[in-house]
This record gives sequence, structure tokens and C-alpha cells, in this order.
Amino acid sequence: MRIPPKYTQMIAVAVLAGATLATLAVLLFIIGYVLNKGLPVVSFQFLFSNPEDMGRAGGIFPTLVGSVLLPLLAIAIAMPLGVGTAVYLTEYTRETRATKVIRFGTDCLAGIPSIIFGLFGFIFFVVMLQFGWSLLSGGLTLAIMILPTIIRTSEEAIRAVPHSYREVSFSLGATRWETVMKVVLPNALPGIVTGVMLGIGRCISETAAVIFTAGLALRLPRSVFDSTRTMAVHFYTLAREGISNENAYGTAAVLIIAVLLTNLAAYWLMHRFIARRTK
Amino acid sequence: MKFNREKTVERLLLTVAFSAIASLLLIALFIFKEGVPFILKVGPRDFLLSSDWSPQAGKFGIYPMIIASLWITLGAMLIGAPLGVAGAIFLNEFVPRSVMRIVKPTIELLAGIPSVVFGFIGVVVLAPLIRTHLGGPGLSVLAGAIVLGIMVLPTVISISTDAIGAVPNTYREGALALGATRWQAVHMVVLKAARSGIVASIILAMGRAVGETMAVIMVAGNALKIPHSPLDSVRTLTANIAMEMGQATGMHRQALFATGVVLFIVIMILNSIATAAVRRRIGGKGNKK
Amino acid sequence: MFDQWKQFSVAALCVAVAAVAGCGRRQAAITVAGSTAFQPFAEKLAEELMAKRPDLAITVQGGGSAVGIQSALSGAAQIGMADLVELPPEAQSLTSVVVARDGVSMVVHPSNPLSNLTTDQIRGIFNGALRNWKELGGKDAPITVVSREAGSGTRTSFEQIITGINLTRDAVVQDSNGTIRETVANDPNAVGYLTHGVVNSKVKAVTVDGKDCTTEAIMAGEYKLVRPVFFLIKGVAEGTAKEFIDYVLSAEGQEIIKKNGLIPAK
Repeated sequence: MRIPPKYTQMIAVAVLAGATLATLAVLLFIIGYVLNKGLPVVSFQFLFSNPEDMGRAGGIFPTLVGSVLLPLLAIAIAMPLGVGTAVYLTEYTRETRATKVIRFGTDCLAGIPSIIFGLFGFIFFVVMLQFGWSLLSGGLTLAIMILPTIIRTSEEAIRAVPHSYREVSFSLGATRWETVMKVVLPNALPGIVTGVMLGIGRCISETAAVIFTAGLALRLPRSVFDSTRTMAVHFYTLAREGISNENAYGTAAVLIIAVLLTNLAAYWLMHRFIARRTK
Repeated sequence: MKFNREKTVERLLLTVAFSAIASLLLIALFIFKEGVPFILKVGPRDFLLSSDWSPQAGKFGIYPMIIASLWITLGAMLIGAPLGVAGAIFLNEFVPRSVMRIVKPTIELLAGIPSVVFGFIGVVVLAPLIRTHLGGPGLSVLAGAIVLGIMVLPTVISISTDAIGAVPNTYREGALALGATRWQAVHMVVLKAARSGIVASIILAMGRAVGETMAVIMVAGNALKIPHSPLDSVRTLTANIAMEMGQATGMHRQALFATGVVLFIVIMILNSIATAAVRRRIGGKGNKK
Repeated sequence: MFDQWKQFSVAALCVAVAAVAGCGRRQAAITVAGSTAFQPFAEKLAEELMAKRPDLAITVQGGGSAVGIQSALSGAAQIGMADLVELPPEAQSLTSVVVARDGVSMVVHPSNPLSNLTTDQIRGIFNGALRNWKELGGKDAPITVVSREAGSGTRTSFEQIITGINLTRDAVVQDSNGTIRETVANDPNAVGYLTHGVVNSKVKAVTVDGKDCTTEAIMAGEYKLVRPVFFLIKGVAEGTAKEFIDYVLSAEGQEIIKKNGLIPAK
């Protein structure tokens, strides 16, 4: 007995709708659970005072600073390197086998598990170069981790700028560099910044690579050689060692909000990017 | 004047590009330089197939970890792939554009939740549930698979949605014009056209699942055994690296790098398959008139 | 074209080397790394000392006793912490100072009716020979064995003192004392060992061979799961490191140790 297509469609839609709702429900539950337990703890005091008794009491200010400084350092290193590389690869070279290999290489490195970057960062920066557990070790490791992504997204953004723009610029007598600076980059900027924001988001939520390179210090870092703890690491430590479930949830709430805001900014910029291009 | 500046800028960019690529190369080479001689010294068979991981005694068999990573990843995909693809289909085909425009970014935003948060909820909510209703210590393959499955959902949904959305509307209209219902148009025409993109999304999600560390350390139990049931505690390759990294020296350290090499190669293979699948779609399907 | 590449690779390399060589580690900040058993105490002591001497900077990391030894050897940490019955050969080249003694408690979930474990029972559980609580007179439930990772001083000491332990492959492994406590606190069928210093009301400490893990029993030599906590330094302690060690060994430092559950060095 064949079921009429009308009914198979109803069943199919019901199943699909169920799956989608289940997905949304789970994801929203997780955020809701954390925010529900964490937001009550978050206050101006919590955000801006120092932790006491290793996090059992007090606030999370140094970890907030750590979560800001570390991605900042990583971006400061990775953005010029990444965008410069992308510019060079797209504007100054032709599409040769070498560029294809480089692209494949960066794609692969973008997928490497973060723990391997942590392993490399620990052995190379912390131990071999004797930087110790520090902002420097952490920042360099994170920079290398997000570099492939920045190169890739910048490259795509630059390539998406229509050739006609460049041709017009050249026909007006501009040099290649002037074209890049005044025509290509401004048009590719939203795409590039999207990639940068996604990189920042990744740095903020990264734990594995950060614990082994930036360490666990709960003091405000005074130099790049000081160890620092990010919110993600702080949450992990508080939660796993049962130091303070309350503060753990509070930290997690702040962390989630920070990441959501970053991703939101990236998404909004991407939207502007698409809106601009289709104008 | 201008020409000199041009040349300088070009050289500067060359240096920048070179340094960036050189540092990426440095990492790859470093990992391989530490790991490959170890694999050759110990022998790939002993390394990959032995179940004895006792670094103090000089034994470095990672077989239980390979199986653990395999089981957890497969389990995660069993949960994440169907739910993700179903979600992608539903959002693209059966939901008004306005709703889709809100829901899709929401799901993508949720992709940014740190893995440690997922892991913690897994420990606090999921593991006790598993222990009470299904037995075992709760910290298990099952817990790991569920947590990872949820973590990769946004990836699968996002990329699959793009793939399905890229199928030209003419395909759908053609099917509908021939009298098909929406669902028939979807599963007979659209899905087949979007197949390689969907497969690519699943494979990329697999790569993410294999590489996840923090959530599995928290939720899978880290036991050094070959799992015989989804309720057993296991240790994945990534968890092993994280737990032993700080104290490893000499051969032990090289063994961890060798594990890194294994992960590197696995992900490289997965990425190549995914890229090839996507390229086939753009190249192959584009040949239609 | 190739000449250009060569020129600039050399230039880039020079810049990189100069940058790296110029950045040495020379500040008054020290890192103390290693034993997770002593970590909370080191943190407390560091906090107290830094409150008195704001010019000092002391950071405490964990990782386990093996990490402590390795970090001291490699220079990643100025002081390595290790809680071992005896120091392994690789630590012989380091100067060691005993700063405290610590007892290892056997803990179970508060709902577990058991209140004592004999050495034989402990051996049986951790070897995987005893698999169900009813074999020990408890309820009918499988035993969840919780252990530390291989590099842990607590684990090494535990296995050395109990003897004859070949940890069952089924054991759940966690990488710090705090996490062991949380795991046992969350699982009614769990049993684990951890430093006496982190036991709190979330878990129940059982007596070993009838002996309670208290400061008095340990000092009287009755409780046998005890090991010293070492501070390991490469060469001679100086500067901030020396100040910290002196503080920990001072009457005030030892008092803090005693008050928080560990045994003073003497």
C-alpha cells in the first residue's frame, strides 16, 4: 500500500521540524542553564574586583583582563601577518602551484586540534625559548593558531572584490600598492574584520592551548612575561576542582556573553559586507 | 619615486608573507620532526596497535586511545549529522525566509559557546543521568558522544544550509512543475544536488570532533581501556596529550608529538576529502547546460 | 629573483633571532609548579607573602609532581613541588627541601555506608579484583575506581605504600586532587584517594586499617599513607624563590599549613 505523497510530506515535515526544534531546544537550554545560574552572580563588583582565596570569593577582574589582553596580543601579531600574506598572495603573485600548495597548507593548519598548538607552544615557547608560562607564550601560540583562518578569510574577502574595481584604478594610473590600499582593502575590509572577529572569538573561548602556555596566575599581569588566566581557564579550574560552583557559573555567563557579542559583531559586519557587495 | 615605494612595499609584503608561511611551516615541521622518528623507532605497529600505554616502562601503545577517539567521533556524528542535516533541510525548504534569517544566525552564534561550558554541563547534567538510568560511571563514551554531537551541530547545520541554499531554484521549480510535492522535490532533487556540500559539512564536523580536547577530558572518564560498551570510560588521543604533556620528557614527549602526527594526518585526510567533495560539486554540476 | 628571497630570508631571520635573544627572563617574578596536592597551600602561602611584600610576584601552577620535577629541571619554574615518598633519579640533581608532610585519604561518596578499608581491600579495589560494593559488605553496585594520572605524586606515593597495585584499566582518571574529590562527590559508587588537605564535606574519608587520617595519627606514625612534600630548586635558591621558601618554612608559614589540614615539616 503506497502512502500518498501528501502524507509522506506531512510525516517528513513533522520529523524535520522535530529535529530542528530539538536542536534549538538543546542549544538554548545550555545557554539558559548557564545564564540562569550565572547571571545572578554577575555584578559590577564581580567583574571588577580581584579574586580572593583563589577564586572562592571575590571577583574575576584579572581573568577579564587576561581574556582581553591575550586575544589582543594574538590579533596584533596575526592580523598584520595574515592580511599581508593574503594581500601578497592575491595581488602580487599569479595563481601558481606554489599558491595552491600554500592554500592547501593553510586550510589544513586551520583544522589542527588546538591541543596540538598547545603542545607546540608549551614545548617551544614555554620550555625551549624559556618564555615560561606567560602572556607572550600564550599570545604567540594563539596567533599561530588563528593565522591560517585569518589568511584564508582575508584572501576570500580580497578575491571577492570585483576585478573591475582594480581595472578602473589601474586605468586611472594608480600603482598596485595604491590600488590595494585605496580600492581593494577598503572593499574587502568587512570580510577581513569578520575573520578577525571570529579569530578573537576563538581566542576567548580557547582553553586547551591557553592553559599550557599562559598559565594560571590570578594576578594582573605586569609584563608580557607574566602568566595570566583567562575567563575560560578560570571557569575550567573553578568547575573542575570544585572551588566554587557559583563563581564558575558567573564566569561562564560572562564568557558566553563575551563570545556571543563578538560573534554578533562578526555576523553584523558580514551582513554589511554582503549588503555592500550587492549594491 | 613612486616606483621605489612600490618596490619597497612589495618586498615588505614578501617578507611578511614569507614569515607567516615560515612560522606555519615551522610548526608542522617541528611536530613531524619530534614525532616521526619516534614512530619509526618504536615501529608503527607497536605504536598504533599495542594497548599498553605505560610511559614509565617505556611502552607507548595508543590503540585504546585510537579506538576511543573513533567511537566518540562516530557517536557524535550519529547524533550530530542526522539532526544537523534535518535542521538544515527544514530551515531552508519548509520555513519562511524571515524565520530562517533569525534562526540560522542564532544557531551560528551558539557555535561560539566555549567547549569547557559544554563539558561542564555534560559532567553536571548528563553523566549523572547516564549513570542513574543506564549504569556505568556516567563519564563514558556515550556522554562524550552526546556532548560532542551537540557541539558540532552548528557546524553541520551552517554548512549544510549553505549547500542546500546554493541549489538553484530552477531545480525545485522544475520538480514542482512536474507535480512533485515539496518533500518529493527536496529528497529527490535538491538533496542529491546538495549532496557533496552536505557530505563536506559532516566531514568537517568530524574533524572538529576528533580535535576536541577539553570537553572530552571532563566527560569521558579518561580510563586507559579499550571500550566494550558505550558506557565505558575512555581516553581519546587529544585527552592523552593534554594529561601527559606537562611532565613528558624524552621518549614520552616524542610519543605525544607522534600522537599529534597521527591526529594531523587524520585531519589532513578528512580535510582533503571535504575539499574534494566540494570541488566536485562546483566542477561537476556546473557542467550541466 | 632568488637572490631577493635569500636576502630577505636572512634579514627576517636576523630580526627574529635578535628579538628572541633580547627577551630573556629576568624579573623578580617566580613560578612554582607541580604537585596538585600542595598547590592550594602554595597558593595560600604565596597570597599571604605577597600581601606582606607587594614587591614579590609568585605564580603557582599545578600539573602533578612529575610536572614539578620537569619544570624545575627545565627552568620553566623556579621551584618545583613534588609530593613523593622518595624522589626519582631525575630529581637527584635538584636541591630538595621538605616543606610539609601530607596524608593521603581514601574517600567515598557520603552516602556510602562503608567506614573502613583494609590495605588488602584497597589493593583489591584498585587492581580490579574487587568490582562490586557488595563484596565489601555494601550495596549491590559496581565500584567506580577513581585514580590520578601516571605522573601524580599522590598516585605514586599511594601505589608505593600500598604495594602490589597494577591499576585496573577501568579506572576513571582525573588530573588533580580537586577533580578527584569532585568526581567522587558526584558518583555514589566511587572510591578514590586524595590529599588530606582537600577533603571536605562533599566526600567521606574512610579509615585505613582502622586508622583515621588526622594530623595526630600521622605524627604518631600510626597512619601509613603519608609522604613528604618537597620543594625542588635547581642549584641554590636565591631572590624571590629563597624568600618564599624561607616563608614557607617559617613558623607562620608552617602554622598556615597546619591550620589548613597538612602536617608541618617537623
